[in-house]
Amino acid sequence: MNERRAFLKGAIVFFPAGGILSALAREAAGAESAGGPPGPAPAGQPNGKKAYNPADHLYGMGIEIDKCIGCNRCAVACKAENDVPDVPFYFRTWVERYTIARDAEVLVENISLGSRKETAQDVREVLRTFFVPKLCNHCANPPCVQVCPVKATFTTADGAVIVDDKRCIGCRYCIQACPYGARYLHPKTKTADKCTFCYHRVVKGLQPACVEVCPTQARVFGDLKSKASRLVRFTRMNKIHVLKPQLNTEPKVYYAQLDGEVR
Amino acid sequence: MKVPEQVRRLALLIAILAGVTLLARFVLIPRALVSTDLHWAEAVQREVAKPVKFAGAVACQDCHEDVVVKKAKGFHKGVTCETCHGPAAKHTEEPGAVTPPAPRDRRFCPACHTYDPSRPTGFPQINPTAHNPLKPCISCHNAHDPVPPRVPRECAACHAQIERTKAVSSHALIACTTCHKAPERHKSAPRAALPSKPETREFCGTCHSAGTAAKDAPKEAPKVDLSTHGGRSLCWECHYPHLPEGRT
Amino acid sequence: MNPQMTQGLAELLEQVTGFIFPNEIEIHWSMLIVVYPYVTGLVAGAFILASLVKVFNIQEIQPTYRLSLLTALAFLLVAPLPLLLHLGHPLRFYEILLTPNPTSAMAMFGFVYAWYLMAVLLLEIWFEYRRDLIAMARSASFPLNVFYRALSLFSQDVSQEALAFDRKAIHVITIVGIPSAFLLHGYVGFIFGSVKANPWWGSVLMPIVFLMSAIVSGIAIVIFLYMVLTALRGEPIEMACLDKITSYLFYAVIVDFSLEALDFIHRLYQSEESVKILGKLITHKLFMSLIVIQILLGMLIPLGILVLAKARRFNDDLRKLLYFTAVILIQLGIFATRWNVVIGGQLFSKSFRGLMSYKMEVMGIEGLLVALGVLALPFAVLAVLLRLLPTKPHEEAAPELGGALPPPARTA
Repeated sequence: MNERRAFLKGAIVFFPAGGILSALAREAAGAESAGGPPGPAPAGQPNGKKAYNPADHLYGMGIEIDKCIGCNRCAVACKAENDVPDVPFYFRTWVERYTIARDAEVLVENISLGSRKETAQDVREVLRTFFVPKLCNHCANPPCVQVCPVKATFTTADGAVIVDDKRCIGCRYCIQACPYGARYLHPKTKTADKCTFCYHRVVKGLQPACVEVCPTQARVFGDLKSKASRLVRFTRMNKIHVLKPQLNTEPKVYYAQLDGEVR
Repeated sequence: MKVPEQVRRLALLIAILAGVTLLARFVLIPRALVSTDLHWAEAVQREVAKPVKFAGAVACQDCHEDVVVKKAKGFHKGVTCETCHGPAAKHTEEPGAVTPPAPRDRRFCPACHTYDPSRPTGFPQINPTAHNPLKPCISCHNAHDPVPPRVPRECAACHAQIERTKAVSSHALIACTTCHKAPERHKSAPRAALPSKPETREFCGTCHSAGTAAKDAPKEAPKVDLSTHGGRSLCWECHYPHLPEGRT
Repeated sequence: MNPQMTQGLAELLEQVTGFIFPNEIEIHWSMLIVVYPYVTGLVAGAFILASLVKVFNIQEIQPTYRLSLLTALAFLLVAPLPLLLHLGHPLRFYEILLTPNPTSAMAMFGFVYAWYLMAVLLLEIWFEYRRDLIAMARSASFPLNVFYRALSLFSQDVSQEALAFDRKAIHVITIVGIPSAFLLHGYVGFIFGSVKANPWWGSVLMPIVFLMSAIVSGIAIVIFLYMVLTALRGEPIEMACLDKITSYLFYAVIVDFSLEALDFIHRLYQSEESVKILGKLITHKLFMSLIVIQILLGMLIPLGILVLAKARRFNDDLRKLLYFTAVILIQLGIFATRWNVVIGGQLFSKSFRGLMSYKMEVMGIEGLLVALGVLALPFAVLAVLLRLLPTKPHEEAAPELGGALPPPARTA
């Protein structure tokens, strides 16, 4: 029955809000609930349940390298969920394969590009090889937000870095400033686009699409402010590393068993 | 001091320009255009209003409880329905009108289960070319409860990487069970019942010792004097048993 | 999405060497963003040359003073155009003025630009030309006379005290203007230099290198314009002036070269994580534009030419030819500098494991033709400015003459 409870929790009437002006947010929630949250109606749910308050949450993601099987379901699901153009030039998330040979040569491939091939290297010459899922790190100190000239990209109160596509002027400074290559210019809207942690899902109690479909639980999504969250447990049970820590971006995507060759 | 004429004119112009600018910025332009808070709140609203396409793991069980219960006991318990059946939010809204696809094609399962050296050891992997060619996976395996049709006879079913390595080494003819004692339960609960590993130098010595200990060993097995060779190091600290001739 | 773009990106994907992050395949800052720092550099450089006359009182280069000011103005008026054209949403540009992000280097553009245009350049030009404007308003016919009168803000005072005040004002504005010109172009360098994600850009020297190369290119363009204009008008070139400016050019190139060499040696010696990929970048992607055009053709050869022209007692015509060649090569070199910074910084992956390719468009908003148009536009603006605001002081304006004079010289 555990699942049932989680289901009800997920279907709770939520109050979508940026968390800056609480009054405005409440007004917005009224407008939103009139349309009804997508998914099954919250049957028998008394109205006026605890509102979603973004300030109570701080989202992050854990990635366990040793569990990733490189099936690429996450990248496929992300494109489906978020209308990312289905061409191999735009990704909100993708999976890299690292192959480190005995002569210390490092071969990196992006298996999400679609042209997947067997590794050409002799197995005997391989020291270690593994997959690394990548996505926006939703940095606590995000260089993209720092450089946006018009404040079109910002961090929500619950820790997701998102883009206001009605305000983005398309200067692409944020794309240059992101050390992780997580941003692209959406060819249709001509505005910067990126992973939102599936913000429209998480405020409804759902998991991000990539986490949802990961068959091996290599991705763990959760709330850093909740002591009981899977993510907090993940960061307690593993040695954690983040990407490019020397840049002081303070990522909120935490990797377990990350290899030093991964940049 | 008398202010020169041109400075007065210039000052007037600057004052007018500054006045117009300030007036435009703080009076004429509506607050909605310049308020970052309002903009951000709107952007969050738009983000939240985007349609959900993956219904989520718990949405399926209301109608498909039998499958969910079955799956929850098997090896695929961590695999959500939508991992294979695709985004199903539309299906939850109009179950009759939209049916999620069921991947019955032989090409689908190998997305996860093709042998790939980068995949973690122990993850069940096959070689799709050699593994019952042309037969759809579901003719032997139930994707909702994927136990192998029989308990694996070969260690290689799971330990393909080691098997491939060993197959080209001079230990090719030595069975895994010569060195590892695998309890029967290891086949059904691999992590709960681990196979044994050799622990002493003497174990390798049964074949590779120059003394009498290895008198039953094949003659071509290289022999060393265990009392002098390698000091106190354990054999596998220098030699990789699955590929003894490989550089270490 | 547009199938042409898909095909273009697919072709670029074929040319990737090594590994890149998937979104890096698209080169985001292209030709127009190369043109932008080049044009602003010319502004800052031309203004600094003009300042030499007023602040350091170098009288030899007085003939180029007004020309420098007008050149700076012409290029400054065009400078925002490439930025604007390059935006994904050009019509939203006003947001950068309405809700600028105080932490963004780019957001300051509007303010730095406005300050430089309004508080420095236009003011200095106004004070410099005020007396001429009044004189021209008197001698010109309708509707030009009204136009000049409006430009002079209907001021009439040409008394000695008023003119003395003008000169003092120019002096003060120039003193404020030098740091402002430094700010304008140092700021452009900072936009690149502050990107910590990009080791090719992220350097504390970047603003200073930008500034020095700006001075080089600005001086060179004024020399170029001065030589071309005098030739067009059939006037003699003042060799004293030319010799003096070219020696400033020479010193500026030396400083610029030293700074860039320092930057290069520093990177090489520090040998950080990115050094291998930057090495590959230079040898595989930028060899022609960096080693051959920027350093050899754009710096070493012009330096050699200038040394030759100074060391030997050549006759005037040969010196002119040498200077002219050097000046054109220097322009080419500085344009290559901008190219190498802007495009070069986007040709290697931030994973430091691979190189991308850039294919220049010809047509299209980010293409070669638009870029050439943007580069040609300041010259058209300058031609109009020179028509309206002659570089020679108006004869009538000479106070000792006063009274009526023959029709004004309308050329130049």
